[in-house]
Amino acid sequence: MNRTKGDEEEYWNSSKFKAFTFDDEDDELSQVVNSLRDFVDDDDADDDLERVSWSISWSIKETSSNSGSNHEREQLKNRNSFSSYAQLPKPASTYSLSSFFRGRTRPGSFQSLSDALSDTSAKSYAPELGRPKGEYRDYSNDWSPSDTVRRLRKGKVCSLERFRSLQDKLQLLEEAVSMHDGNVITAVLIFLKRTLSKEILFRELEVRQVALRHLIHFLKEIGDQKLLLDLFRFLDRTEELALTHYREHLNIQDPEKRKEFLKTCIGLPFSAEDSAHIQDHYTLLERQIIIEANDRHLESAGQTEIFRKHPRKASILNMPLVTTLFYSCFYHYTEAEGTFSSPVNLKKTFKIPEKQYVLTALAARAKLRAWHDVDALFTTKNWLGYTKKRAPIGFHRVVEILHKNSAPVQILQEYVNLVEDVDTKLNLATKFKCHDVVIDTCRDLKDRQQLLVYRSKVDKGSAEEEKIDAILNSSVSSCSLRLQQCQETVHRVGDVGTFADNCSPLIIVKPSG
Amino acid sequence: MAAHLSYGRVNLNVLREAVRRELREFLDKCAGSKAIVWDEYLTGPFGLIAQYSLLKEHEVEKMFTLKGSRLPAADVKNIIFVVRPRLELMDIISENVLSEDRRGPARDFHILFVPRRSLLCEQRLKDLGVLGSFIHREEYSLDLIPFDGDLLSMESEGAFKECYLESDQTSLYHAAKGLMTLQALYGTIPQIFGKGECARQVANMMIRMKREFTGSQNSIFPVFDNLLLLDRNVDLLTPLATQLTYEGLIDEIYGIQNSYVKLPPEKFAPKKQGDGGKDLPTEAKKLQLNSAEELYAEIRDKNFNAVGSVLSKKAKVISAAFEERHNAKTVGEIKQFVSQLPHMQAARGSLANHTSIAELIKDVTTSEDFFDKLTVEQEFMSGIDTDKVNSYIEDCIAQKHPLIKVLRLVCLQSVCNSGLKQKVLDYYKREILQTYGYEHILTLYNLEKAGLLKPQTGGRNTYPTVRKTLRLWMDDVNEQNPTDISYVYSGYAPLSVRLAQLLSRPGWRSIEEVLRILPGPHFEERQPLPTGLQKKRQPGENRVTLIFFLGGVTFAEIAALRFLSQLEDGGTEYVIATTKLINGASWIESLMEKPF
Repeated sequence: MNRTKGDEEEYWNSSKFKAFTFDDEDDELSQVVNSLRDFVDDDDADDDLERVSWSISWSIKETSSNSGSNHEREQLKNRNSFSSYAQLPKPASTYSLSSFFRGRTRPGSFQSLSDALSDTSAKSYAPELGRPKGEYRDYSNDWSPSDTVRRLRKGKVCSLERFRSLQDKLQLLEEAVSMHDGNVITAVLIFLKRTLSKEILFRELEVRQVALRHLIHFLKEIGDQKLLLDLFRFLDRTEELALTHYREHLNIQDPEKRKEFLKTCIGLPFSAEDSAHIQDHYTLLERQIIIEANDRHLESAGQTEIFRKHPRKASILNMPLVTTLFYSCFYHYTEAEGTFSSPVNLKKTFKIPEKQYVLTALAARAKLRAWHDVDALFTTKNWLGYTKKRAPIGFHRVVEILHKNSAPVQILQEYVNLVEDVDTKLNLATKFKCHDVVIDTCRDLKDRQQLLVYRSKVDKGSAEEEKIDAILNSSVSSCSLRLQQCQETVHRVGDVGTFADNCSPLIIVKPSG
Repeated sequence: MAAHLSYGRVNLNVLREAVRRELREFLDKCAGSKAIVWDEYLTGPFGLIAQYSLLKEHEVEKMFTLKGSRLPAADVKNIIFVVRPRLELMDIISENVLSEDRRGPARDFHILFVPRRSLLCEQRLKDLGVLGSFIHREEYSLDLIPFDGDLLSMESEGAFKECYLESDQTSLYHAAKGLMTLQALYGTIPQIFGKGECARQVANMMIRMKREFTGSQNSIFPVFDNLLLLDRNVDLLTPLATQLTYEGLIDEIYGIQNSYVKLPPEKFAPKKQGDGGKDLPTEAKKLQLNSAEELYAEIRDKNFNAVGSVLSKKAKVISAAFEERHNAKTVGEIKQFVSQLPHMQAARGSLANHTSIAELIKDVTTSEDFFDKLTVEQEFMSGIDTDKVNSYIEDCIAQKHPLIKVLRLVCLQSVCNSGLKQKVLDYYKREILQTYGYEHILTLYNLEKAGLLKPQTGGRNTYPTVRKTLRLWMDDVNEQNPTDISYVYSGYAPLSVRLAQLLSRPGWRSIEEVLRILPGPHFEERQPLPTGLQKKRQPGENRVTLIFFLGGVTFAEIAALRFLSQLEDGGTEYVIATTKLINGASWIESLMEKPF
């Protein structure tokens, strides 16, 4: 690559000089220039060859040899191209010897371009069929589809404009696909996309799946949404069509515009499940826009206590549903069902499951330390008017959440006591230092041992220690405790014994490996 | 400098030297002083093959990362952009070039595409009116990068998505090219085995490329006996599980990038008395992790539960070695002690680092949540309760644990149940969309397309058959002195590695039924060698198998393969290649939809 920068610029900037062109101009001059460029390039190819000196490059640069004389190199080259061609599954009739000879009658300086020609002479088997007569004047540039693809693959400049018939173009594509090189396949697809009508392009690609997938990937990459949607429509890939359209909302920042866009997604052929979600997505954003406008106003007016005490950290726009519910439980808990921002309204509109609702409301109210709201959340009245505590999420979860929001011990204690499973209760009480619950539970379990252990954990001289001591010293209870322990121990030993008896044959039978 | 690459059965330094040479040649082409503008993603992989000193020797005076608008000032003759062929990078480059043109003295611009030139990118540069500004536009075929003595990676982050979602073959083409390069350096690989659609395609490409390139016979005596090509989608399960080897856990928790890990600095602060916790470093501690470090090489592949005892043993040995100084009486003895000092100090430093890392990891692995997660994973993998909504996953969603963690678990359940019941799947989907945002429909769709999260079709769960036939779940696992690869997941034997193990002995014919259940064809190809190059194996000599994971491999799988290599009567040593080193999190993340 020893051209000067000036040449290069001139080359690229001049509209007449085409390389791998994407423009519609297609005049003769540019083709001639293009072909000259091809010769120059071939010189370069040989330069490449000279420069290459290390052993692995032959496989990378696709040149066969890296040492020896020019002569040997050419021989090798020729052999290469022959051997590779011989194995290509091509009907013989598409090749003609005439192109072989045409290569020799090229105008231009043979002297300086001899390398390029020797290369060409062996390689240029151009397909004859389906090529219009007029093409023959393009003799200086008649790389066959496979040569063209080969050159593209080397990253060389190559005009595709000369492939005019559909058949040529498709052959070009097939050559590219058979090389597996995505880069070249894409280059050819760009050319086809530009020179073929949409209908024909789609029709031909439908039966060429590999190329089709590359086109889809390429359209995604360059963001040609319109053509991509047309393609999916043509292929009748409805779900992909819908999702691709929907995906675009991610790029719309303005909430109003995004909302309008989401509206266009409703009714697209999503799966039944997804359809409902898309509808919800739209409704949610619609709500958020209303809530946001309202609350921003309230907050700036400075009249509402909750906003003054707890200024909003971020806008609610584009937040997930559960986050929105949390927000509404935080700022709009007591609102009547009729307002868009009320939690109950959200729950109904989006059919939020009870569990999810309770969890979220609990977290929000606990954060505000509104303990009576928390209490109300779990209090149910039966028809006789008795109140009962019930938690669809389980009281162990309630305790965890309360603790996370640093609820005071009295509150925690109340809910720890409601945990049904004794072991869980004891664990939670120990973890969150609800001493009374631990002590009472141990007492109820008559577990003297554990009580003794726990005594060492509480503060010396504290009320808890006194309480424990009182229980331990109560002779009646301690007596019965001891008895119970003895019985238990006997029991356990027995258990272990039978367990071991049952297991031993198994252990013996089991193969050692 | 990279001696650890030559420790293995195959000297991968040869490959490293070859790619270094190509880099030097390109740099020399741009005569005079130069600045390199890096695509940031590439600096990591490049760091594995060339240090700054090499670049400096070739007149690279400044280095920048590629950013919009103007380049920082640099008084150099050449400016070289080293980039991946991606359209968005072309836009940035053109901004750089255009603002530079206005600035004054003309520079020579060059562009080096890694690993391949792209006609599409060049077209974009042309559209932006800057293509003519570049004197050299070349490609640097850095396909396979040597990471360790037995490990190569293409570090192509989008490979799995491209192969299994987009069905774009570009990264497969690069894989095939990388394999051709390897064969050029290490000889033709006589036997190719494969399982999966992509494996089949790579094998086809290789065969075709070989046909095209056979101008000169490759006269290198073959180093590899076999090549095994494996599709990642043959084994979707393994990366989803939490890796339990030392290296695997470091990757799971902190993420290893190009063999470097960044750790919270607190644990690494030099202990000085009277400092009172002042001047704690705030910048993350960056450590390189590879087998060049003796201690790391020893513990990286162990189950984490076996690391502690090794560390404490090492600590005793090292402190005993330091105690030796009291016994050194004569000048000669002292001299000898002093000569060993640098090595001992290095060992002590290494031990201190890994003790700190192990402590950091232990904080995580002993947490309640880690235990709960692991329990659920192990239940799924051993086939318990995979067909109903899991309460731990429900809890994770309710508490808004990271989405990737949730997706990983749901996918694991789906894979271990050959797909979820429609009702269960719908429930999870709904919970996820409501909690994390509706836009994740797109991600869920991708996961479904990749086969990770799908409804059960055909009504049959084939996982139990696969699990039993391949012995994927082992109840008695020895973490300290393992006897089976299942130690890397404390019970689960990675499916991919089991396939490799069974291929080498007794052969895949014994598991035809399972191979038919797993996706994609399985095949065998031979590449004939001239008689002079055919190997006569000595009795007891191990075979060398190159195993190529198309779509990514985890450190735990690598550990399992190393375990097999080290078995005394194993008969096979493995060199591992992949499109990308992954873990469950980075893998799922690569499948998530982001704005354009």
